[in-house]
Amino acid sequence: MAESNVLQDLNRPENLVYKRTNLMVDTPLSYCPGCGHGTAHRILAEVIEEEGLQSETIGICPVGCSVLMYNYLDVDMLEAAHGRAPAVATAIKRLLPDKFVFTYQGDGDLAAIGTAETIHACNRGENILILFINNGIYGMTGGQMAPTTIPGMKSSTSPYGRDIKIMGNPLKMADIVAILPGTYYVTRQSVHKPANVRKTKRAIRKAVQYQKLNKGTCFIEIVSNCPSGWKMTPVQSNKWMEENMFPFYPLGDLKIPDEQSV
Amino acid sequence: MERELRLIKGNEAIAEAAIRAGVDGYFGYPITPQSEILEYLMESKPYETTGMVVLQAESELAAINMVYGGAACGKKVMTSSSSPGISLKQEGISYIAGAELPCLIVNVVRGGPGLGTIQPAQSDYFQAVKGGGHGDYHLIVLAPASVQEMADFVGLAFDLAFKYRNPVMILSDGAIGQMMEKVYLSPQKERSKTVPEWATTGKPSTRERNIITSLDLDPAGQELFNKKLTAKYNEIKEKEVRYEEFQTGDAEYLLVAYGTSARVCQKSVQLGRQQGIRVGLLRPITLFPFPYERINELTGQLKGILSVEMSTGQMIEDVMLAVKGRVTVRHCGRMGGIITAPDEVIDSLKSQIIGG
Repeated sequence: MAESNVLQDLNRPENLVYKRTNLMVDTPLSYCPGCGHGTAHRILAEVIEEEGLQSETIGICPVGCSVLMYNYLDVDMLEAAHGRAPAVATAIKRLLPDKFVFTYQGDGDLAAIGTAETIHACNRGENILILFINNGIYGMTGGQMAPTTIPGMKSSTSPYGRDIKIMGNPLKMADIVAILPGTYYVTRQSVHKPANVRKTKRAIRKAVQYQKLNKGTCFIEIVSNCPSGWKMTPVQSNKWMEENMFPFYPLGDLKIPDEQSV
Repeated sequence: MERELRLIKGNEAIAEAAIRAGVDGYFGYPITPQSEILEYLMESKPYETTGMVVLQAESELAAINMVYGGAACGKKVMTSSSSPGISLKQEGISYIAGAELPCLIVNVVRGGPGLGTIQPAQSDYFQAVKGGGHGDYHLIVLAPASVQEMADFVGLAFDLAFKYRNPVMILSDGAIGQMMEKVYLSPQKERSKTVPEWATTGKPSTRERNIITSLDLDPAGQELFNKKLTAKYNEIKEKEVRYEEFQTGDAEYLLVAYGTSARVCQKSVQLGRQQGIRVGLLRPITLFPFPYERINELTGQLKGILSVEMSTGQMIEDVMLAVKGRVTVRHCGRMGGIITAPDEVIDSLKSQIIGG
């Protein structure tokens, strides 16, 4: 059989196992090779599509690597000032309570400059989803120390490793918001392996369902890599993440709702 | 419909007018001398009547960013604060201007710099009129001189904000915010159900996705956007200048004053005329756009102008731009929360301009 016929034979709908998610815009991503952002975007887009929520979704981008996220997801989106996404989301959800509202924020955005907005939105129990990408570094500005940089970790502003005596301690935001009465669901996941991707997607789906219950803030931390900022290959960075980030930021649920009430 | 008459504070007038204008959301943070706005709204519980959202934010930063979010959804949203709090809001105001979102920001000005005083001042003129935050942008700035105008300008502010997709500031001061006067209140308007086509309210299959942003990494694109904003500001300058004149017909001397100072200057004009000085008053109602043209027109008949403002002299720079050096322009005004007295204005006019 000629090669073209083989392709024709294979390229039938029943053989399709993987394709671009419909809610991802057909445009190149600005992310570095091996970065977790693309996967995180994709599973969020998949959940929005599968739940039939495109027309109900309003997303808020941060300042950081995902500042241009609105170019990639085919939903209505806003660009917030650095750290202010939870405040922006608060007003949107209160004015349009039937919509699905999420913020997508990095660690500099959420855990440094936006700490107050994050904690107060969570403490008020705003019915929003906060997706928190924690890669322990400021990616977009070139790999500076973040509030989440773990002890001993090197960055361009902690070139000899984070010395907590001088630079202070990293902040565990998921642990902090989990103790607030306003949060309903807090979990820490990753997207570096297929099994983890599936778990994170399940968590996002839960958060979408929970938002309909109006019971409080859902907070999903995704511990992620930054090959460029960490000066590693994608494979090295995922290994380093498993060996160094996960012991400090253990994966799993920090706060789960009483499933009886769901 | 009959307008309702009430005796209330300027701050309360803003709050009541906001409810009646069908405002969708107010987001604020307490600061003297404007906390009555948030207090009045919380006490009135408009969320039970009109459905208006009222929320006390954790900071001025959060409040202005809530305004950004609400405005992006096409809602009529507002915040209020006083000078130090308005400084904190500047980042958000710049983003709102950059994203071309309509909203109302009320500044009930107190003296500064720094923590300054809680007493009235007009020392935020530069901040309100010349920028405040970063980047090339302008607010439309309205300066009420009475409690009635505090109420009336809420509706006007939203009309202008939505017409031009631009943030509007009501630049008041602690005196007008705190004083009580008779106010005719407009009847209750329904909250608008119209959704602007640019609003981020969820993408239906019938349109492309809406994006609200002030970011453009392409230099040519950013420059084009700056030019688009400039064209908008030029249109505003052309169409929206508002001012009021008082005994300017035969005036040889002109007082230029807004807000509380304009109230004082009405009395000063009477005092001056009793002494045989042909003095009049021009009160800018819009500070951006500024009535350059009208002041320039009047200059031909004038021997001098006194810019009366409770600051070390800020609006005087715009008055000087208007007269192009053709007549003497001097500043008169007290600071620190002290309101200039009517006779002080006339004394200042005599000593600085008339001579003797």
